[in-house]
Amino acid sequence: MADLKEQVLRTSGVNPLKCMRCGKCSATCPSYDAMEYHPHQFVYMVEKGDIETLMQSESIYKCLSCFACLERCPRNVEPAKLVEAVRLAVIRQQGQNHLKPEQIPAMLDEDLPQQAIVSAFRKYSK
Amino acid sequence: MIFSYFPGCTLKTKAKELDRYARASAEALGFTLEELPDWQCCGGVYPMAKNETATKLSSVRALVSAREKGQALVTLCSACHNVIKQVNHDMQTDEDIQMKANNYMKLETPYTGETEVLHYLEVLRDKVGFDKVAAAVKNPLTGKKIAAYYGCLLLRPGKVMQMDNPENPKILEDFIRAIGAEPVLYPQRNECCGGYMTMEEKSVAVSRSTTVMDSAKEFGAEMVITACPLCLYNLKKNSGSELPVVYFTELLAEALGVK
Amino acid sequence: MRRIGVFVCHCGTNIASTVDVKAVAETLGKEPAVVFATDYPYMCSEAGQNIIKEAIKEHKLEGVVVCSCSPRMHEATFRKAVASAGLNPYMLEVANIREQCSWIHKDKEEGTAKAIVLGRAAIAKVQLNAPLTAGESPVVKRALVIGGGIAGIQTALDIAEAGYPVDIVEKEPTIGGKMTQIDKTFPTLDCSSCILTPKMVECSQNENITIYSYSEVEAVTGFVGNFSVKIRRKKRYVDETKCTGCGICTEKCPVKNVPSAYDLGLKNHRAIYIPFAQAIPNVAVIDADYCNKLTKGKCGICSKFCSAGAINYEQEDQIVEEKYGAIIAATGYNPISLDGYDEYAYSQSKDVVTSLEFERILKADGPTEGHLERLSDGKQPKTIVFVQCVGSRQSADAAHGGCGKEYCSKICCMYTAKHAMYCREKYPDTDVYVFYIDVRTPGKNYDEFYRRAVEQYGVHYIKGMVGKVAPQADGSLMVQASDLLSNEQLHIKADMVVLAAAIEPNKSARPLATMLTASMDTNDFFTEAHAKLRPVESPTAGVFLSGVCQGPKDIPETVSQASAAAAKALGLLAKDKLSCNPCVAHSDEMMCNGCSSCANVCPYGAITYSDKEFRGPNRTTLIRRVASVNAAVCQGCGACTVACPSGAMDLKGFSTSQIMAEVDAICK
Repeated sequence: MADLKEQVLRTSGVNPLKCMRCGKCSATCPSYDAMEYHPHQFVYMVEKGDIETLMQSESIYKCLSCFACLERCPRNVEPAKLVEAVRLAVIRQQGQNHLKPEQIPAMLDEDLPQQAIVSAFRKYSK
Repeated sequence: MIFSYFPGCTLKTKAKELDRYARASAEALGFTLEELPDWQCCGGVYPMAKNETATKLSSVRALVSAREKGQALVTLCSACHNVIKQVNHDMQTDEDIQMKANNYMKLETPYTGETEVLHYLEVLRDKVGFDKVAAAVKNPLTGKKIAAYYGCLLLRPGKVMQMDNPENPKILEDFIRAIGAEPVLYPQRNECCGGYMTMEEKSVAVSRSTTVMDSAKEFGAEMVITACPLCLYNLKKNSGSELPVVYFTELLAEALGVK
Repeated sequence: MRRIGVFVCHCGTNIASTVDVKAVAETLGKEPAVVFATDYPYMCSEAGQNIIKEAIKEHKLEGVVVCSCSPRMHEATFRKAVASAGLNPYMLEVANIREQCSWIHKDKEEGTAKAIVLGRAAIAKVQLNAPLTAGESPVVKRALVIGGGIAGIQTALDIAEAGYPVDIVEKEPTIGGKMTQIDKTFPTLDCSSCILTPKMVECSQNENITIYSYSEVEAVTGFVGNFSVKIRRKKRYVDETKCTGCGICTEKCPVKNVPSAYDLGLKNHRAIYIPFAQAIPNVAVIDADYCNKLTKGKCGICSKFCSAGAINYEQEDQIVEEKYGAIIAATGYNPISLDGYDEYAYSQSKDVVTSLEFERILKADGPTEGHLERLSDGKQPKTIVFVQCVGSRQSADAAHGGCGKEYCSKICCMYTAKHAMYCREKYPDTDVYVFYIDVRTPGKNYDEFYRRAVEQYGVHYIKGMVGKVAPQADGSLMVQASDLLSNEQLHIKADMVVLAAAIEPNKSARPLATMLTASMDTNDFFTEAHAKLRPVESPTAGVFLSGVCQGPKDIPETVSQASAAAAKALGLLAKDKLSCNPCVAHSDEMMCNGCSSCANVCPYGAITYSDKEFRGPNRTTLIRRVASVNAAVCQGCGACTVACPSGAMDLKGFSTSQIMAEVDAICK
């Protein structure tokens, strides 16, 4: 859908046309095996406008935000920003937070730093 | 030398050692970390979206606070450093964010990224000098084989963080040499530990931290040091490795005799 | 008033679609002084030119205005046409209604109005044109080739063959360039040295060719047909006329740890050395940084053993000054530095090498004597991974941006296929992977060559890039890459990784371009005069381009271009005289006050000052310092006319009054 694509591009500030389909982002991604769709596919699917498939996939929650794909991409496509924009397209909808406060107590242990909880909330909810 | 200091929420609670040893070492090396009078949690991760302003404001406030004092802003936690430095870069280069943040904050003088953001390691390297650090060492950690774990947030994105060569950094290895120990190089030292994924899908964090620790051990490390509370947690609890993982400031304090 | 003729070109639809050419011709035809005006589809064609010639004769035209494309395209054409009809060729003005009008406007009304204004300005100018005569300058019949690789060698051989003397200046101690380091060349897989060395020998034996090896161009002055060049012959500490190349000194020298440039630092040679066995000239050279005698004053063994008495520790650099009619740049390339690509662990493991280093490993005179061995432990690699596009095709704003190149280096897909096939042929138990983005095989028999690697030799070509090369504690290399077609992230345990590093022009090219005043692009490749129609000439007259210094290319293209550059140079050398541009500056001696403002701004050094006698009042003689312009060197840039405070300096063909007339016409 043109609307969704435009929204994702505007949120991310990314131009997916810059991608030369080399696959270095996916080669670098430490979370590759946990994802159904991989960074290079993300860029391609956003360009095609196939945003909804991505929004329904669990892959968007598996990005570690480690910026390795940003660092190694030879065309400065910044796939991580695209992944975040698609994730936000889901999360910013009403009632669509991926991580809810009620889920937290079960995940706690005495050593877990606040940083983990705060970061997860920032990534997975409004 | 006096610097404004942003500790971050975790350094006040679960990672007190990182903070405590840092301050003690600073005293011993002749610089002071003045905690900002008023600061809020940085958020842990840099919000990449172009149309998010509110989540960046706590960083902007910290930066403005440092500017008021005419001091550089020092951070210790890798995550805080990453967030604040990237937001500072936005305030310098992204007109839209600059305008929106300034409109909201209604400062007397708009903030356009004037404050210098430094990580504690950069203070050691660039303001104090590793040679002076080495000279101040009373208990050198001679013969200890230590692996530095950078993780991702100190180094990337390289163009913004500008701390070191993201693919072949040496600031922590130089630090290790300065405290008298032997640095161990291994290929996973700049690859992600799993970060916040421990909350969402723990198996990824387990897999990543195990890979990192195994690599360090393979190359002969006896100990791993880091600057990030979340990295420490992942490497200690999710990797299943027995190698000790400590904050670099703890070793610094030990070497300087202020532990 | 002069009788002016106006000719408006349609240029097909290039002009006619945004400018109403008939209206332009009609309107300009009504201008005072215009006695004839017409339009035509292609004014530059033979028919178009004939219209001009006939109009000159029929209407007794004294000035011609052509409204057409940029004068850079066809001013010369129209000048010739006008001249053949008996009118001085400088009584012609071109109004650019294409590049400066039809190509930038979309509105036809606007375009037409502007074209009329431009035409009026040209008419106003041509009224004031003076019939100029082109001067002549001589041509020195000698060529200079800068760079002694295959490009320089081929160009020199072709020029020499035509009977003209040619000098090759090469900064290494031997000619031959990169081909001397290569083992086999694609797509025929013939031995590089076998095809190169006969040409190198020919160069040394040809009477017309002089080789200045271990030399560099230091300064260039002059202009086309008449260049003065200073060449610095660097000190070898060996007398080239006496050394027989016997090589005894290289065996006796006690200093053994000098990294060999020929072997890219993978092997060492002595402080006194001959770069490789087939070097031309086959003369030893001493590396002054390592020689004990030159650094500490102790030793002198080589001199004792030299039966020819050729060693001379007191030797100095020598400057040679020579005049040339044509200069050909053939400075070649080098692989880029891989400092910015540490994800591939190049600086962290000896077994990660560049393709050129791999070439040295394969070649029989290299560090491993032609055996495929790991440089770390000498073992044969069982799994080799080739990584393409390291530093090429990279956008300027990428994280590595500063280190990489935006262009495709062109030769890497082919040489990697060559390397891969070599490995599989000689060591069939070795597994070979090539990770690529695209496979580019644009030459004759090239794609067939690459397909053989896949289909006949079983090389695993995988579409996807390598993200990281992680050296393992056991000495192997863990290669993490993506396979885009099967959607997998691969982890391959390799014994050797070969990086196809981008190529860039030799670092000496940029200072050379400054010396030659030859233009260069932001990648330091010499720019050609026209990308398609004049690929071997620099826009600077008299300078020609040969080989990779103009753009990445393989050996067949290099040799073709080298011969083309030679042909162009010969076209110049074959002339006895060149006609100069008469639109040069000229100083009015009665107004010149000798202030030197003009000489200070002249980029070509065309203005000199002299004391001249003038008649003063009461029959006295005054001596005044006045400027004079060398018409052969002046390029007509006009900077002096602007700088001159008294207005004494003016430009023929573009005088101040002519330009003011144009402005008046436009502002009317």
